[in-house]
Amino acid sequence: MSESSKTPFVRLAKRTDIDPRRAMLIRIASIVIALILGTIPMIISGTNPFEAYSVIVQGSLLRRTYLNQTVKIAIPLLGCALAIAPCFKMRFWNIGAEGQITIGAMCATYFALYWYNRVPHLVLLLMMFLVSLIGGGIWALIPAFFKAKWNTNETLFTLMMNYIAIGIVAWLQGGPWEGRKGSQLIPMFNDAARLPDFNFMIGIGEHEFSLTSHVGLIFILILVVLMYIYMNKTKQGYEIAVIGDSVNTARYAGMNVGNIIMRTMFISGAISGFVGFLTVSGANYTLFSGVADGVGFTAITVAWLSQLNPFAMIVISMMLAVLEKGANTLQTRLQVPASISDIITGILLFTMLSCEFFINYRLIFRGRAAKEEKA
Amino acid sequence: MNTLITLITAGITFGTVLMYGTLGEILTEKSGNLNLGVEGIMYMGGAFGLAGAFYYEKAVGAAAIGPVAIILAILAAFVAGCAASAIYSFLTITLRTNQNVTGLALSIFGTGVGQFVGELMRVKEGGYVALSNSLKNAFSASVFPGFFVKIPIVGPILFSHTIFFYLAIILAIAMWFYLSKTRSGMYLTAVGESPATSDAAGINITRYKYLATIIGGGISAIGGMVYIVTTAGCVWNHEGLSGVGWLAVALVIFCVWRPLNAIWGSVIFGAMMIMYLRVAIPFIPTQLYKILPYVVTVIVLIITSMRNSRDKQPPASLGLNYFREER
Amino acid sequence: MRGITKRFGQVVANDSISLKLFRGEILALLGENGSGKTTLMNMLSGIYQPDEGEIFKDGAPIYIHSPREAYDYGIGMIHQHYKLIEVFTAAQNIILGLNDGKMDIRAAEKKVKEICDRYGFDIDPSRKVYDMSVSQKQTIEIVKMLYRGADILILDEPTAVLTPQETRKLFTVLKNMKNDGKAIVIITHKLHEVMEVSDKVAVLRKGQYIGTVNTSETDPQALTDMMVGHAVTLNIDRPLYPEPKKKLIVENLTCVDEEGIKKLDGVSFFANTGEILGVAGISGSGQKELLEAMTGLYPVKEGSIRFINGDGNEVELVGMSPKKIRATGVGMAFVPEDRLGMGLVGSMGMSGNMMLRSWKNGKGALLKKKEPEELATRVWKELEVVTPDVNYPVRRLSGGNVQKVLVGREIAIGPEVLLTAYAVRGLDINTSYTIYNLLTEQKMKGVAVIYVGEDLDVLIELCDRILVLCDGKLSGVVDGRSASKEEIGLMMTHIGNKEAADE
Repeated sequence: MSESSKTPFVRLAKRTDIDPRRAMLIRIASIVIALILGTIPMIISGTNPFEAYSVIVQGSLLRRTYLNQTVKIAIPLLGCALAIAPCFKMRFWNIGAEGQITIGAMCATYFALYWYNRVPHLVLLLMMFLVSLIGGGIWALIPAFFKAKWNTNETLFTLMMNYIAIGIVAWLQGGPWEGRKGSQLIPMFNDAARLPDFNFMIGIGEHEFSLTSHVGLIFILILVVLMYIYMNKTKQGYEIAVIGDSVNTARYAGMNVGNIIMRTMFISGAISGFVGFLTVSGANYTLFSGVADGVGFTAITVAWLSQLNPFAMIVISMMLAVLEKGANTLQTRLQVPASISDIITGILLFTMLSCEFFINYRLIFRGRAAKEEKA
Repeated sequence: MNTLITLITAGITFGTVLMYGTLGEILTEKSGNLNLGVEGIMYMGGAFGLAGAFYYEKAVGAAAIGPVAIILAILAAFVAGCAASAIYSFLTITLRTNQNVTGLALSIFGTGVGQFVGELMRVKEGGYVALSNSLKNAFSASVFPGFFVKIPIVGPILFSHTIFFYLAIILAIAMWFYLSKTRSGMYLTAVGESPATSDAAGINITRYKYLATIIGGGISAIGGMVYIVTTAGCVWNHEGLSGVGWLAVALVIFCVWRPLNAIWGSVIFGAMMIMYLRVAIPFIPTQLYKILPYVVTVIVLIITSMRNSRDKQPPASLGLNYFREER
Repeated sequence: MRGITKRFGQVVANDSISLKLFRGEILALLGENGSGKTTLMNMLSGIYQPDEGEIFKDGAPIYIHSPREAYDYGIGMIHQHYKLIEVFTAAQNIILGLNDGKMDIRAAEKKVKEICDRYGFDIDPSRKVYDMSVSQKQTIEIVKMLYRGADILILDEPTAVLTPQETRKLFTVLKNMKNDGKAIVIITHKLHEVMEVSDKVAVLRKGQYIGTVNTSETDPQALTDMMVGHAVTLNIDRPLYPEPKKKLIVENLTCVDEEGIKKLDGVSFFANTGEILGVAGISGSGQKELLEAMTGLYPVKEGSIRFINGDGNEVELVGMSPKKIRATGVGMAFVPEDRLGMGLVGSMGMSGNMMLRSWKNGKGALLKKKEPEELATRVWKELEVVTPDVNYPVRRLSGGNVQKVLVGREIAIGPEVLLTAYAVRGLDINTSYTIYNLLTEQKMKGVAVIYVGEDLDVLIELCDRILVLCDGKLSGVVDGRSASKEEIGLMMTHIGNKEAADE
């Protein structure tokens, strides 16, 4: 029988084990490839890629104000990626972080606008913090409830919830909460409703870097550690991992799958809501319908590329923030459209997503397979 | 009565944009691929479609004629959409990446590319990209002679629209015919329902998935172009285009994955999106009308899952990648 | 088929088997679970290729590389799991994958109707599959093969999912097809069906071909002897526990599945401490449902399951969730059939899997990882699990090692009742003996062990008593020390049982 003619030219074999160093090498290679591909739009727009990349790096990291802004972009990305991680671990595809941020921001804004003169500064911030958690949590709980009860498709449901949330804020913006009539804007927050800024001093060798950011940065960094502990060291984290692997095993072990789904989604939504609070109270000092600004979506890719590891999320979210901030500087200095950052981000996501394939599978070419068999 | 007519005609104008987006996504989802990159695809379609018409006019000058510009715009948008969804297809089908994440990545990439091309054109052409009035007219005029349009009621509702609307209806009918009357359409449905069964029956899963997703992306992209050359008046306008892709995804659910429903569904969605300008319903603030399409979609989603009616479910394998060795 | 051999790794599934099949005859392929019937037929239908041997059709050698090529040779196989698109109509499913020019669903429906009328099938070609019963789905699969012009039909345990009435209808249709000149193979282990429908019977046992006889010249007793063979001595230790006491009482247990079919029907028995109670039966006779009902995973329609405490009190388990059963202090361990899909978390290591029983332990929100880790190390050492370390994902371990992890964990909870489902399926001899010894050890500690098994040789050497199920009903309970394989084999197929004869 002519078996060999039937063998396809390339065959796939699942790798059982890969040297971690080699996996890391593949990942780094994928980033390099993305950066090389990213030169295409630069060349099209008539910019020297080397110059452009150096502007991106300089314009995002090497000056204090730039770094501050870069970190400001990274904070919500990181926070939201942390929120999404437990859902994805459970294989619950929550793509509604965008809406959960918006609702959290909206709830916080209510207190910022109408309670700032009734309670002390700290109490106000605490109230804003709490309602943002509850608001975001409940917004996420709705699709989770229908998933648990009737197995309603959560991807589509959470997606729709985003635009409902954004629409509600758009209405508030032009209606009940509008500041100056006809402005279509919600007024800026009173100082009492703003998160204080902090100076962080980081010493690296002889150099000292200082970084100014709202206190949210501290909270988010603490959250990184907490989320790592939650996912890896707690009973609830264990339940999430078991459900993500096999719902049947979870039932066998006596877990109430529906309740766990709802609880996890509440937590996830609450964290996203918290991110919304940080954004309005620490960065924008006001609310508008685009408050989430696509962070909810980008954060999904951050979470996924980090393989749901909270510490890796710091690196990835910083990387994307550098691109975004750097591209802004690029626009002002070299008149390259800032949207180039989205293009490079997109390419980076594509190559990093693809590289997992080459980490998990080995390609066996026909000729080589025959040799291996002989050996 | 007058309000209703203006509402319907305006609904159709915006609905036409949605119809392309939705029809493309229906085709994609029928193969079991949930491509959340429609937003990016439509951006790209808008930018490249405009570029196609613009550079055509720039090349031939006053000799430019409407029909050629229309065809070139459609082609440019379609090719751009195909290219974008080809990336998605390669990643999800061949490299087996997660469909949700890949779709979102394509959204980011596509909006970036669309925006980049739109801006770049503006910068290169000295600040303003505009077509001549004659071409603008060709894009936005009715295909029927004037006296048809002037017929009371029926005229504005049926005959006052651009060529893109009638093409979209033909496309919807063609897709309906393809999906329910042809062998290949039936096989495509089978692939989306159960790749394993289709594979066992000897259907080339990979080919169907690739073709449906790529062509679907191309069709969706035309919607972005239609928006730019009609509603936006042949000027790059990313703000107006933002969110249209997501609305198209919602509309797919609302239509329960049936192309014919997309015809009236998109008109309703279109009308809901512009209703705040024209109609006032007591007790509901007009600004809230814009969320109506999403609310309705959520309700449809919940009801179909509660009633568990088998005919109205998403394609069974939607969002799941298929690997043969896991049979 | 001549001299067909198929190996999976070291296991020889079919050992040079030769078989002849004639037009216009129904051949029953008889054998116990794991005797290689399905494997053999899969080679005819193109799913596997034989390692050795040849297949001839009408005198010419043929090579079948895929199910598609099998169709071309007129061979069609109907598997136990139907491959149908639920939202399609019967006719659409039937023509799926065919390539004969323009699609004409009307013409297809007409042709389907013709086939139905010819053989006496009863389906509406334009009806959607999700509206259909299991038997109608099966009919579609058969018609699909006929539509493709199959003249050799292979049916893999077609009656397993059918009611007696549906079975009778199927047999009528099969006879019609036979009279039309088709050759039919039916894979089964139900003797009365063999007697009723077949012309010839070919018997396989543990991958070996035993022989072919004419149905008219044989009887169930002779077939059983061929099927089970002579008892093989396995030398499994079977000590006696000094004073067995009742531990678990099951009365009139009835369970119904989602489609309303009775999976268990009025089953009553008891289990003692210090004994291994074997559960025998052909696959799908209600074993899975029985164990899952006892652990609170399968809904019970009627009946009671009572657990007797150390102090003699009875606890009713029906209606409790698995969580509640554990909370009540009922020490019940369960080794399910689907090891990685139900008993273990494939992506976690041994430590993570040990936690599956104890993750709730201890106060506070944090997991107590130390004990499970120690337990994992202990199981690793004591049961000689082959794994690089206790955090290596169990999905990547071999079947035997996966089972050791699972059994090791379940025994470690110090159960009073230990339920096991096909505990040695797919394991090599050594691991199997390790498992037997572990179970016996538990028994001697006073645990009530319930062992659902498929190998009768093992059951009669390992178990103290054996409960036999047939079609969800209790066929009887026999003493493991005195029962013979033939006796149990007959009880499994309800021969000599009046109830079954009526069906």
